[in-house]
Amino acid sequence: MNTKDDKQHSEQLVSNPAKLKQQQVEAEEMEVISPWKDTLKQLRKNRLAIAGFIIIAFFIVVGLVAPFLTPYTFSEQDPVNRLQSPNMDHWLGTDHLGRDIFTRIAHGARISLMVGFFAVTGALLFGTLFGIIAGYYGRWIDMLISRIFDILLAFPSILLAIAVVAILGASLQNALIAIAIINIPIFGRLVRSKVISLREEEFILAAKAQGMKSGRILRHHILPNSLAPIIVQGTLGFGTAILEAAALGFLGLGAQPPTPEWGKMLADSRDFIQLAPWTLIFPGVSIMLVVLGFNLIGDGLRDALDPKMKN
Amino acid sequence: MLAYTMRRLLMLIPVLLGMTLITFSIVHLIPGNPAQVILGETATQSAIDDLERQMGLTEPYLVQYGVYLADVFQGDLGQSLRTRGSITNEIGPRIAATFELTFFAMLWAVFVGINAGIISAWRQNSWFDFLAMFFALVGVSMPIFWLALMEQWLFAQELGWLPAYGRQSSVDPIEPITYFFVIDSILHMEFDRLVTVLRHLVLPAIALGTIPMAIIARMTRSSMLEVMKSDYVRTVRAKGSGQFIVIYKHALRNALIPVLTVIGLQTGVLLGGAILTETIFSWPGIGRYVYEGINYRDYPVIQSGILVVAFLFVIINLIVDLLYAFIDPRIKY
Repeated sequence: MNTKDDKQHSEQLVSNPAKLKQQQVEAEEMEVISPWKDTLKQLRKNRLAIAGFIIIAFFIVVGLVAPFLTPYTFSEQDPVNRLQSPNMDHWLGTDHLGRDIFTRIAHGARISLMVGFFAVTGALLFGTLFGIIAGYYGRWIDMLISRIFDILLAFPSILLAIAVVAILGASLQNALIAIAIINIPIFGRLVRSKVISLREEEFILAAKAQGMKSGRILRHHILPNSLAPIIVQGTLGFGTAILEAAALGFLGLGAQPPTPEWGKMLADSRDFIQLAPWTLIFPGVSIMLVVLGFNLIGDGLRDALDPKMKN
Repeated sequence: MLAYTMRRLLMLIPVLLGMTLITFSIVHLIPGNPAQVILGETATQSAIDDLERQMGLTEPYLVQYGVYLADVFQGDLGQSLRTRGSITNEIGPRIAATFELTFFAMLWAVFVGINAGIISAWRQNSWFDFLAMFFALVGVSMPIFWLALMEQWLFAQELGWLPAYGRQSSVDPIEPITYFFVIDSILHMEFDRLVTVLRHLVLPAIALGTIPMAIIARMTRSSMLEVMKSDYVRTVRAKGSGQFIVIYKHALRNALIPVLTVIGLQTGVLLGGAILTETIFSWPGIGRYVYEGINYRDYPVIQSGILVVAFLFVIINLIVDLLYAFIDPRIKY
């Protein structure tokens, strides 16, 4: 019965070469759907993640074209028009020195996104490096790195950032370094635990049995397989880094005047809250939206990358 | 259990030493001349020399660290550069103020967070679930100091419902006993003052507790959803128990175990967030103390404030870890 069916089937295929070709093409396409494409497909279906992408794209564009958006500069003072409520000339009003708030927020988007990017990249690179070394080589070096992570994590993160800035001096650059440092152990621990579970896998054993060197195993097998949690944490960490930068700016430990950093803007406008609430509302909303955007993307990525969550 | 407790305590030693090394660096490892940095550009040479002698900055680092460690170990946190007072004495009442604030913030966060999480899980995909999770998402994305400023503006300045600053009425202060003003006013049997103290607590506690509340709500929801699917919950249902009993008596107990870890970690976030909240509400706690230290370049104060908060955080995490092992008999150490 079966053989007959097969025979018929193959006859059909032969009789229709166009269809055969099409089937082959389909089969090839099926094979090249990589985990990354699959993730992308999952993400596209996640409406909240899409919303997150739109928010972030919006702020990136605003940050990029900031100098061309308005006729004002972010530090240009205009005492006559101070504390104006939002109007046609000043879309989001002016602050206590008559500076256009919209211009300052647009320039602030550059600062916040850049701080987020460099702080997360730095933390991710060093965290991954230390995490892999600790997890793969184990023994005393794992002991040493893990204890250092313990110590760094023993501080509430903002306090550790304050400590680092207190040592290095208050500036935007040092705030960025501080934020990167406090996030290193978060990435480090994540990667370490992933590497430890991977180390016991059979394909790693197979690679070792083939005589592959440690460095090659790390680069070609361990690292690609630990990427998913790093990416998720990186996206979520972007939001936290921006919040931390704003907090340091608010405390006077980050960007210095007249840099239009969002947290610093909130600190400068504090005394005018009753007179001109818009000077505080808009920078705060901007921080919230950007962080929300990264959180939405991060949550979406986690759902897409975590096989346990898949239906 | 005892062995685990001992091991956990021993593991604290390197962490505590590392912490002191970091706080030590705040004063002693400032690049350049620490005394010069602390006193500013305009300081005279003799003032710099005085400060160097006072803080022992001319000694080798190892000696400086040894002296610092010995002092901390004896409970001597040094001298404030601004007030010239002993930091140990100044910091005591402030720890109480911060504890009072974080306690009420956590109380609010735990109560609302857990219940919102339960209802969200119970009525999964309902409008309540959707709304609660949306607010939780917004809650974790908000800068805490901005929320504090907005609350202060709306509820204190615009509507005038609640006080905007401080812990108590400045013209009618409480005689401190424990420095926990809620407890003190009860001990004095002064209930109108108790009301004043509680009214002062509302805004800062809500501002401080919002982020942990959002995280606790999300954690409770996912943990609850997992437990509700388990066999024993199905058995309880089959037995004919009502929904309320199923949730609060049976499911919640197991669902709360991961939530407890989150609560422990979030307490640290609260202690960090206290710096921002206390600054905004002029709450005379340890966070404001550190903030004032930053403004006056009072490095010994920054150093000690950070050390004390980090120490409290470590102790809280220790307690949570031990509690975790205690309440979950499935975990064997």
